[in-house]
Amino acid sequence: MLYRRRQFTRGAVALLALPWAAVPARAGMSEAELDAAIRELVGDAAIQDGDVRLSLPAIAENGAQVPLTVAVDSPMTPADYVTAIHLLATRNPTPGIASFRLSPALARAEVQTRIRIAEEQAVIALAVHADGRVVRAAASLKVTTGGCLS
Amino acid sequence: MSTLSQPRIRIPRTAKPGEVIEIRTLIEHRQETGIRRDGTTAPERDMLTRLIARRDGETIFSAELRNGTSANPYHVFFVRMERTADFAFTWSDTKGRTVTVTARVVVA
Repeated sequence: MLYRRRQFTRGAVALLALPWAAVPARAGMSEAELDAAIRELVGDAAIQDGDVRLSLPAIAENGAQVPLTVAVDSPMTPADYVTAIHLLATRNPTPGIASFRLSPALARAEVQTRIRIAEEQAVIALAVHADGRVVRAAASLKVTTGGCLS
Repeated sequence: MSTLSQPRIRIPRTAKPGEVIEIRTLIEHRQETGIRRDGTTAPERDMLTRLIARRDGETIFSAELRNGTSANPYHVFFVRMERTADFAFTWSDTKGRTVTVTARVVVA
């Protein structure tokens, strides 16, 4: 168990260290399409690794209903809060999963949802802070049965 | 035109001042993307595209739902309560249909 966890952590860290371009996008989505989707969401802002935690199962039995939790370290005060969290798929037919718009009324910058995953891939979370900073996290998962009808 | 199904909300009826409450929302919807990659005829696109959560009329959380959101969209988020408030949760879809549910949380 300990060993597996260490393996997983190492994998996640390696993934984070890679630029988007290193994540091959195959299932009907080009790298350019993924990059365009990211830029449409966050503009020209520099994207840093940082205080975003993206939780997905390592292996999803049913790709049609994959539980996802995304949480960002933020005090969620009117001066310092997370304004948006964007989720993107790297190997679905299209990159968009969802965008969440947050407000300081929320106690935490955390959202839980369920997503569709067509095949083994990385999921990307981008969090936009009120001061304009954009931070990212990525998590990869395998899937037993793909969730996008094809 | 059929109507959207009635959403289900889990939200506490009461809270203490300053308490953080968990709100869970679920709505049945097939979230048909209209995409098929196997050559079969794709059905018409039929997606819920937006969820808006308001507290006393002010938007506190919203979601733009795209193809990667699962069928029967489910969302959980956390709100700090200082005073009694009325919540309204509204979903809308690509056919222009909307459905809203409301809930009051009494802070005492």
